[in-house]
Amino acid sequence: MSEPGGTGPVSERGGLRHVEHVMGTVFSFDVRGPVTAAVGTALAAAVARLHHIDRVFSPYRPDSAVSRLARGELRPADCSAEVREVLGRCEAARRATDGWFDPAAGGVLDPSGLVKGWAVEDAARRLRAAGARHVCVNGGGDLQMFGGAAPGVPWRVGIAHPLRPGALCAVVSGHDLAVATSGTAERGAHILDPRTGAPARGPASLTVVGPRLTMTDVYATAAFARGAGAAGWLESLPGHEALAVTGDGGSWHTAGFPAYGVPVAAGR
Amino acid sequence: MRRAVLTTASTGALVVLLLSLKPHHPAGLPAAAPAPSPAGSRPSGGRPADGTYTGSPVPTRYGTVQVAATVKGGVLTAVKVLRVPSENGRDQEIAAYAVPRLTQEALSVHGAAIDAVSGASYTSAGYIRSLQSALDRAGV
Repeated sequence: MSEPGGTGPVSERGGLRHVEHVMGTVFSFDVRGPVTAAVGTALAAAVARLHHIDRVFSPYRPDSAVSRLARGELRPADCSAEVREVLGRCEAARRATDGWFDPAAGGVLDPSGLVKGWAVEDAARRLRAAGARHVCVNGGGDLQMFGGAAPGVPWRVGIAHPLRPGALCAVVSGHDLAVATSGTAERGAHILDPRTGAPARGPASLTVVGPRLTMTDVYATAAFARGAGAAGWLESLPGHEALAVTGDGGSWHTAGFPAYGVPVAAGR
Repeated sequence: MRRAVLTTASTGALVVLLLSLKPHHPAGLPAAAPAPSPAGSRPSGGRPADGTYTGSPVPTRYGTVQVAATVKGGVLTAVKVLRVPSENGRDQEIAAYAVPRLTQEALSVHGAAIDAVSGASYTSAGYIRSLQSALDRAGV
């Protein structure tokens, strides 16, 4: 990919957009409002950091810290501070989900289920720290937003319908908002049930809305793995709401979801 | 209920048609070759030029559909349906109901109504077909 700015033309309204292929997916950056040199620099740094995170945490790179940990060539205590931070967050996520989020569900350490959301949230935070007030970072369908689409105007996020390509099943809106969707539509049955090690049989898709993407994404993954018990558990999580579309085209949501979202088309 | 089913199926088809209308579409998009006829020059920044883009006729399971889309300031402002299934009275009746609604839904997706899209994690290849990709290209 070219340098940020090369694919992020400054629009007539100000603002900056950038698309980066990294970590096996695509990150879309959308900064609204005035763009200072500091924000441009922060975008370049955030993009470089995504590539760095991929080198360190990818289970598909034999030389990554995660691969070396999985092979027993590296002890957690010998890892860099950022690897220890992610391992600590994975353990906290495992406890917060009664073990339904488990980075070792497949028998080998794979923190990917936490790393992407953490990377998206981190990138959005860095842009905000550099002075950008209206920021949306989308990493492969999981988003962290700060500010709004314009001053006083909330971001609006369409939730892709898992059974109808090109259509939406809901639109959620808010200012400081994280949105994560788990499902099988794009990557097949890739979420494992930690209790059995087999692919989890969750709904067609499950979307969780919350304030910060790291845990919002963890909750979406864990709830998907939980299957039938997900609705009651999600209802018990403070500050997070959820919407699921089931395989037969029906849907359910937590009691507080309507505060964030409007279904586009009811049920089937 | 049949109307609802048709509306649903056709919404997907229409959105695919609209994606194929984008002047800067990547090679990986569906085979529906667009025939852009924009009035005015194309800017270098990746934003579609103002003008009306006519899509190729696309066969769907309900018959052939063809649309034209108008872009102003990088935003889709109108969709005109040039050709709809019309083999019998029943089809025409359904099309008369469904097409205006489809147009409205497509505009709400591709106009300024949403800023981004969440969905089950896509790969680099899946991104090309995603609505997020369409929003990024339009720069809306």
